[in-house]
Amino acid sequence: MKVYIELYASLMALLPPGTQRFRREIIIDEGSSVQQLIDRFSISAELAHIVLLNGHFVCGDARKQQKLAEEDSVAIWPPVAGG
Amino acid sequence: MSWTRKILRVNLTQGTCTPEPLNMQWANDYLGQRGLATKYLCEEIDPKCDPLSPENKMIMATGPLTGTMASTAGRYSVITKGPLTNAIACSNSGGFLGNEFKNAGWDMIIFEGKSPEPVYLWISNDQVELRSAAAIWGKSAWETDDILHQIHQDPQIRVACVGRTAETGCLYSGIINDKHRAAGRSGVGTVMASKNLKAVAVRGTLGVGNVRDFGKFMSAVNDAKKVLADNAVTGQGLPAYGTQVLMNVMNGVGGLPSYNMKNVGFEGAQNISGEAMHEPRASDGKANLTTNAACFGCTIACGRISTVDKTHFTIENKPQYWGASGGLEYESAWSLGADTGIDDLNTITFVNFLCNEDGFDPISYGCTVAAAMEMFEAGDLTLEDTGGIELRFGSSEAFVQATEALVSGQGFGKDLGLGSKRLCEKYGRPELSMQVKGLEFPAYDPRGLQGIGLNYATSNRGACHVRGYTVASEILGIPVKTEQTATEGKAELVKAFQDATALVDSAGLCLFTTFAWGMDNIAPQVDGACEGDWTVEKCLEVGERIWNLERQFNNDAGFTSNDDKLPRRMLEEAIKGGPTDGQVNRLGEMLPKYYEIRGWTDKGEITAETKARLSL
Repeated sequence: MKVYIELYASLMALLPPGTQRFRREIIIDEGSSVQQLIDRFSISAELAHIVLLNGHFVCGDARKQQKLAEEDSVAIWPPVAGG
Repeated sequence: MSWTRKILRVNLTQGTCTPEPLNMQWANDYLGQRGLATKYLCEEIDPKCDPLSPENKMIMATGPLTGTMASTAGRYSVITKGPLTNAIACSNSGGFLGNEFKNAGWDMIIFEGKSPEPVYLWISNDQVELRSAAAIWGKSAWETDDILHQIHQDPQIRVACVGRTAETGCLYSGIINDKHRAAGRSGVGTVMASKNLKAVAVRGTLGVGNVRDFGKFMSAVNDAKKVLADNAVTGQGLPAYGTQVLMNVMNGVGGLPSYNMKNVGFEGAQNISGEAMHEPRASDGKANLTTNAACFGCTIACGRISTVDKTHFTIENKPQYWGASGGLEYESAWSLGADTGIDDLNTITFVNFLCNEDGFDPISYGCTVAAAMEMFEAGDLTLEDTGGIELRFGSSEAFVQATEALVSGQGFGKDLGLGSKRLCEKYGRPELSMQVKGLEFPAYDPRGLQGIGLNYATSNRGACHVRGYTVASEILGIPVKTEQTATEGKAELVKAFQDATALVDSAGLCLFTTFAWGMDNIAPQVDGACEGDWTVEKCLEVGERIWNLERQFNNDAGFTSNDDKLPRRMLEEAIKGGPTDGQVNRLGEMLPKYYEIRGWTDKGEITAETKARLSL
């Protein structure tokens, strides 16, 4: 199943070489959860601070329950702020 | 007491500079900087005065921690009645000016009246004098800074000054210090220029040695610095990506307005993001971002120092802009970029340089141009009106031409200097101005973030994110995550952020420390430095008192609950598409509760009970 992963800020370093900016197409098993995708990139709970599934926050335990669907897009940020 | 207990009163009409003792009862009630200067202003001017008349006063103020060893403690604020809003104006700046001014032995300077000729104030510790500004009037802020350094032959003096737009009456001109730090919002520079005051140049060597309990203070300071260093935001995120890291975040969550806030979401966001600032350019292999930078005493260092591509049309024949200078923060990248539909990092960095060079607020300016673009595309503004500028969304060329017109103060540039509210009124489309109380919106859409909408509507200086930065909670999960599209609990959230921020702004500290610090980190530092038992509870009470004092000033100036509102677009035009599809701001669900917990009437007036509780 094809999904997209977007890693921002310092997490960009975890993307494979050749990735255009922050976004990468990934093939994962059917029925994979958001957390399994996070684990694939070895991102700790502390660093997976903001996790968006198609623009919507997925927080805490919901990451284990939330299954991914074809063409879903998951974006992850470490703790960031501005203003 | 880290107050110097000395203020300087400068009567520009008479040309006198007079030291006075600081009112220590007021210092105990309002702490310093924003709060204390607001108290002085409220006591000394008629809130109904014309902001650009000699009757208005302008106060430059430090906090009790300014110039101390506390992290980020180099701040100063400018407090006056603002010409863009006719409301209380308070604009805060970093850099090194605040520290120098405090080291010269002054807590604040009160400017009153109007000089018959252009002058600048020279301060060398307790030697102060008004000098002719003949050599610098008509010059940009950058030229003024250079000339004053040359005149005084001292590389260590610090300069705060206005550029050319303030002199020609642009209503959102700021005060620039250290060439690219700014007391940028609310038109405080316009007030300064209206007094024929071009600059303040300072050298201070007295030190800030009057800390109440040095051991306790340094213990609190060291503990708090460790918190900043260990925190992922202040220790890693902000130094690496600056505030600009938010561009992709806000676009991702459905909170990034674009095209004069017609839309939410910007297709070019990634091209003008903090991450894009790190990417090597094709022409020279260098990134837009040269380095990060810190203000005085700061252990975060979020500042951006950038270059524009030398081959870019904006600067290819202008070598004076080839060097590195103050780069894009998130707010300026949004207003100059997403809101105008321009995704060219070089163009918006260049325009940001011009904002610094001549001292005009990039938020208000970008929003004003965006409103003008919408009116131009709708046919409300013609080529004749714009002086031949094809002012369409996304046009870098038109944007640069418009900026040059603004700096010239001539023709359509004069119109742009009015700000979006007056510009849209002039051309018959007042509903296209995205502002509250006349101050243009920052970079967060109130339809996608309910709490920030309530904060904009109630902010004492008009639409301002740094009066109550609920984005921290609604999006960034600091200190806890709240649902961005919910209205429940937002009145309490807004009040808490507004009161805490008023205290931080009055201490001499940077608001960005609060991404890591709570009041339990701040209060011990204030208490170590100042007499008065500054507990967490007292700090929060003082913050609330300051907020209410500002509100009282506005009410006395003629503002009512009718001014606590958002543009119709935010309330009626729903977001189309993306994660916040269908949302409008539901201000009406939040505002009554906000008034109630503030202890105000349903008309937004402070009740007698609240005044008594806060000793107002």
